Amino acid sequence: MNIDWAHFTPWTSLSGGILLGLASAIFVLINGRILGISGILGGLLIPKPGDTSWRIAFILGLLAAPTVFHAVLPAQFIVLPRIDASEWLVIAAGLLVGIGTRYASGCTSGHGVCGLSRLSPRSLVATVSFMGAGFIAVYVIRHLI
Amino acid sequence: MIYKNLLHRITEFAVGLLFGLGLMISGMTDPSKVLGFLDLFGTWDPSLALVMGGAILVGFFAFALAKKRTTTFLGSVLQLPTSTHIDKPLVIGSLLFGAGWGLAGFCPGPAVVSMADGQPKALLFVLAMLIGMVGFELMDRFIHAPRKLAAKASQTL
Repeated sequence: MNIDWAHFTPWTSLSGGILLGLASAIFVLINGRILGISGILGGLLIPKPGDTSWRIAFILGLLAAPTVFHAVLPAQFIVLPRIDASEWLVIAAGLLVGIGTRYASGCTSGHGVCGLSRLSPRSLVATVSFMGAGFIAVYVIRHLI
Repeated sequence: MIYKNLLHRITEFAVGLLFGLGLMISGMTDPSKVLGFLDLFGTWDPSLALVMGGAILVGFFAFALAKKRTTTFLGSVLQLPTSTHIDKPLVIGSLLFGAGWGLAGFCPGPAVVSMADGQPKALLFVLAMLIGMVGFELMDRFIHAPRKLAAKASQTL
């Protein structure tokens, strides 16, 4: 295994991670819910009465993040994201992620962050499975094809 | 009551914002960074392990506290998952999700944030993801649920 030291960003990644942990902490202790993006989104698609306003409030906050980020951070610190996948690959990936996360009742936030934080065996199995599949997918795309 | 509801909505919005900022600062909203982490067998960028580590470090203490409580600090019901059963949907769903994650480098949260940041491919991803979610939702409601009911009915007979 070769470590990609050139792209390794320990401090921003760790501090970003701590913010994700803080958000999940506030959400469970104040709002009493698991911060899981796929679950919050999925529950809005075929909504149940009385179960939508908290989801919408959260998603509006999520959508406001880039505006706040660009307003607060000086331009030289902003790294532009790079999306190499073609449009068709992006659509296929989106479908897989949509079906998979709802079938598994969670994604990187609900299982990966909250689930592992509360030591849930179910979430550990989920995280090992999606990370494993992610490693394999990238291996196939970058090194086999 | 209205005051408490408003307080809930404000904190939910603030948490969404905080989470979005965390995703952007950590590098999760950059698919090339995510794929660098998933490229375990190439030149591996371990940054995202630190994202998970940092998040779990804080989350661990929060959930340890949450497990001891039945209500939140605002007095509402604290809802933690109760299911402990490791079943096929959990594993198969996670494998499908992981494959999709590795294809484009997007998982749900970062994709939504990137879409709001004006990335056209992120918008495309989110639309496909929502279609996938609706598809699952409909399948669950009209195929899985009636089947389960039928299975239950045949058991009680």
